[in-house]
Amino acid sequence: MSFWFWHGLRSGIQTTHYPRRAEAALGVSPGCPINTEFKSDDEAQAAAAICPVDAIIAHGKSAFVDLGKCVHCQRCRLSIPSPMHWDAGYEWSRLPAGQTESMTLPSAFSRSMHVMVVDAGDCGACLHEVKQLNNPLYNMHRLGFFFTATPRTADLLLVVGPVSENMRGPLLKTWEAMPTTRRVMAVGSCAITGGVFGHSFMCAGGVGSVLSVDFEVPGNPPPPLAILHGLLVVTGRKSVVNTELVSERRS
Amino acid sequence: MTACSSPTDENEQIGLSDLTAALGERFRSEVSPIQAERGYVLTLSLIQPGSLPSLCRFLFWDLGCQFGGMIAEELSGYWQLHYTFLLPGSGWIDVLLSLPIETTTVPSIVAEVNAVDWHEREVEDLFGIRFEKHPRLGDFVLHDQIWHEGIEPMRKSFPVNRPQLERKLDLEWQPSLIVGDPGSFAMPVGPVYAGGLGESVHFLLETVGEDVIRAVPRLFYNYRAVEKLAEGRSVSDVLLLAERFAATSAFAHSLAFCQAAEKIHTVEAPPRAAILRVLICELERLRHHAGAIAAICESTAFGVSTAHASIIEEELLRASCVLTGHRYLFGLNIPGGLSRDFESGECERLLLSVDKAGKDLRILESRLRYSSSFLDRLEDVGVIGIDSARYLNLVGPIGRASAQHCDLRKACPYSGYEGYAFDVPCEKEGDGYARLRVLFAEATQSARLIHQAIDALKPGAVRVPCDGSPAGAALGWAEAPRGAALHWLRLDEKGLVERYHAITPSFSNWHGFHEAAEDFAFQDFPIILATFGLSATECDR
Repeated sequence: MSFWFWHGLRSGIQTTHYPRRAEAALGVSPGCPINTEFKSDDEAQAAAAICPVDAIIAHGKSAFVDLGKCVHCQRCRLSIPSPMHWDAGYEWSRLPAGQTESMTLPSAFSRSMHVMVVDAGDCGACLHEVKQLNNPLYNMHRLGFFFTATPRTADLLLVVGPVSENMRGPLLKTWEAMPTTRRVMAVGSCAITGGVFGHSFMCAGGVGSVLSVDFEVPGNPPPPLAILHGLLVVTGRKSVVNTELVSERRS
Repeated sequence: MTACSSPTDENEQIGLSDLTAALGERFRSEVSPIQAERGYVLTLSLIQPGSLPSLCRFLFWDLGCQFGGMIAEELSGYWQLHYTFLLPGSGWIDVLLSLPIETTTVPSIVAEVNAVDWHEREVEDLFGIRFEKHPRLGDFVLHDQIWHEGIEPMRKSFPVNRPQLERKLDLEWQPSLIVGDPGSFAMPVGPVYAGGLGESVHFLLETVGEDVIRAVPRLFYNYRAVEKLAEGRSVSDVLLLAERFAATSAFAHSLAFCQAAEKIHTVEAPPRAAILRVLICELERLRHHAGAIAAICESTAFGVSTAHASIIEEELLRASCVLTGHRYLFGLNIPGGLSRDFESGECERLLLSVDKAGKDLRILESRLRYSSSFLDRLEDVGVIGIDSARYLNLVGPIGRASAQHCDLRKACPYSGYEGYAFDVPCEKEGDGYARLRVLFAEATQSARLIHQAIDALKPGAVRVPCDGSPAGAALGWAEAPRGAALHWLRLDEKGLVERYHAITPSFSNWHGFHEAAEDFAFQDFPIILATFGLSATECDR
C-alpha cells in the first residue's frame, strides 16, 4: 500500500493560495453579470427583457444586476446581440438587503469556526460546491473552518436551497439546537430569493422568510471560492463587496 | 470487465411486428393499438381498466420489456394514465388508460410490475387517485405530520400560489414500523446529517442489534413541486426548472426536456448540435462518475484516494466551466439545439483535460484494486442479485452492476448515439465493488465517446428555430449519469406547458435501495449508500 504514499508525494501541493493570492486557474468561477452601460436605451431594455428572473433592471442606458436573483442561465451573454458584461471574479458575498452592519463573529472564532450545513431543498449544485471546500484544492481546514457533526457545536448555519415545506421543520430544529453566537448564511440564489422555484405552496422562497439571515453568497451555484469568501467574511477576515448600488435599485 | 451482449441476441430480439401480432392474439378485444405517436412507437389504448394488470404482466415478464414509468394527467374531463414500457431496440410502448374524471380507484399493477410501486404512491398523494390492492399508500410526497389528507396539489383546481395555511405539526405522528417486535428498535438517520454533507433524505433502520433488518427511506424533503410550478408557463421558463431540479445531472435532464419540446414542434436539432450534445452529455457523465467514485472512497474513510478522486472531479468541473461558461453546464441546451457553438481550439483544450482525467482514473483504479482494506469494505456488501434487479427494474450503473444491461443510448438511441462505437459495461455480482467497477468502466467509455464526438464535428449551425405554438404532447428521454431519465411534456394551444412530468433514475433506484441495505451491518450502511450514489433532489423534483 506504500504506493499511495508515493502517489501523494508526487502530486505535490495543489491547494489554492486564496485568500493570500487570487486564484488564477481557469474555470474556478463561472463569473457573473455586472452593471453595464449600453450605447442605447433599447439595448438595456433588451438585456432586462431576456432575463427570466428579473435580475436585470434597465434604467436609461444602464442595466443593473441584482446578483441575488441571477440564476446563471447565461441568456444575457449568449442570446442577445449586445450582451451584458460579465465579471470573472468570485468575491460576491454580501449582506441581506436593508442590513447595514456586518454581523461578523467575534475574533475568537476567526481561526476556528464550525459550520453546520443544511440542505433545505437544494438542487444539489450548491451542496456539491460546499462539499468541494473539503477537497485538497480548496482545503478549508487550513483556514480554520470545519464542517461539524452536530448543531450543538456549530457557530454558523450554512443553508442551501429555497426552503421546501418538508424541510422547514428540520431547518428550524437545527437552528434552535445551536448555541447563541450562531450566524446564518444563505448560499445560492435559491436560498436568497427562492431562485427559479420562487415562492409557492411548497417553497418558502428563500431562507430569509424562515430565519433571520446574516450573510448571503449569491450565485447559482456560487463556486467554492465564493463560498470560501463568504466564510472569511463571517469571521471578519474579508469584507463584503459594495452592494450599495444594488440595494438602491432594490429599494 | 465484460461488455454485456444485448439482452436478447439479434436473432432472438422481439421486433415491433412480433409484438403487435402477439398482442392481437391475446388482447384483441381489450386494446386498440395506435402506431408511432408522441415519441412512442406504439400506443396501446385500453378499453377496459380490468385488463391492465394482465397486459402489463405480459409486457414486463413475457416480452421482457423494461418498465419506464407512469405518467398521470388530468385533462379536461378525464384522466389519462400512461404506463410506459421500453421494448429494447424498438422503442417506447405506451399503455394508455383513459378514465372519466369522477374515477377514484384504478387497479394497481404493483403485484405484476413491482417498479410501479412508488409511481402509484406518488399519483395517490398528488392527484388523489387510489390504487386498489396497493399495500402501502399515503405519507409519500406530502409528509403526514405536516400535510392533511385530502390535499391534492397536482389537481388543476389547486392553485400553485395558494397562501400558506397555518399548519400545526402533528406531534403524535409516528412512522409505521415493519418489524416492531419486542427487542427491536428503529434508528432514524437524516434528513440533516451528522457530519457528512448529504442531501436531505431520511432513513428508518430497523434492527434487533447488529444487522439492519428493514431500511425504509423517506424522501421528498426536497420536493419543490417543480411539475406544478411548470404548469401555465412557457417552454423557456420550464427549461430553467428542468435544468435546475437536479443540478448534478443538469445537462441530461435538460436534453430530455428539449427533445420532448422538439418532438412537439416537429423540429430536429442540427447535426452539429446533436454531436455537441453527445460531447457534453459524456463530459457530464465523466464528471459525475469521478464524483461518485470520490464519494465511495470517502464512505470507507480512505482519505488519500478520496483526495485524488475529488481532484479529478474538480478539474473536470473547471474544464466544463472553461468550455461552456458554467461548472454544471447550465444554459446550454435550448429547444432546437444549443445556445452557443464551440471553436475547435476549445474542443482540443477539453480533450487534454478529458485525457488527463481518464489517465488519472486509470491510475486510481489500478491502485484501489490492490488496496485490500478498501476492497474488504465493498466486496459482498450491499448485494443485489440479478433476479432482484430485474424485479425492481433498476436502471443505470446500479442496474448494470447486477447484469441489467439496459442503456438508453443503445436500447433507444437519441441525439445520434447509434453512430458511435462504445460498450455498455456490465457486471454480475451486484455488490458494492461491482458498482465501483461499472463506474470506472463507464468513465472510460465516456472519454472514448468524447474523442469520437470531436472527430465527427463538422461545421454548421447549432440551432434551428423552435417557435410557433403547436399543441401536443411528447416523451423525451436521455441516459442520465445515474440512469434512464424520461420527461413528458404537454403543451396547450398557446404553447404553454399543460403538464410536465419527469421520471428520474434516482426515483427508480431509491425504490430498490432497501434491497441492498437490508441484512447488512450498520457500519456498512454509509458505504452501501455511497455505492448507490443516488440523489435525493433528483428523485424529489
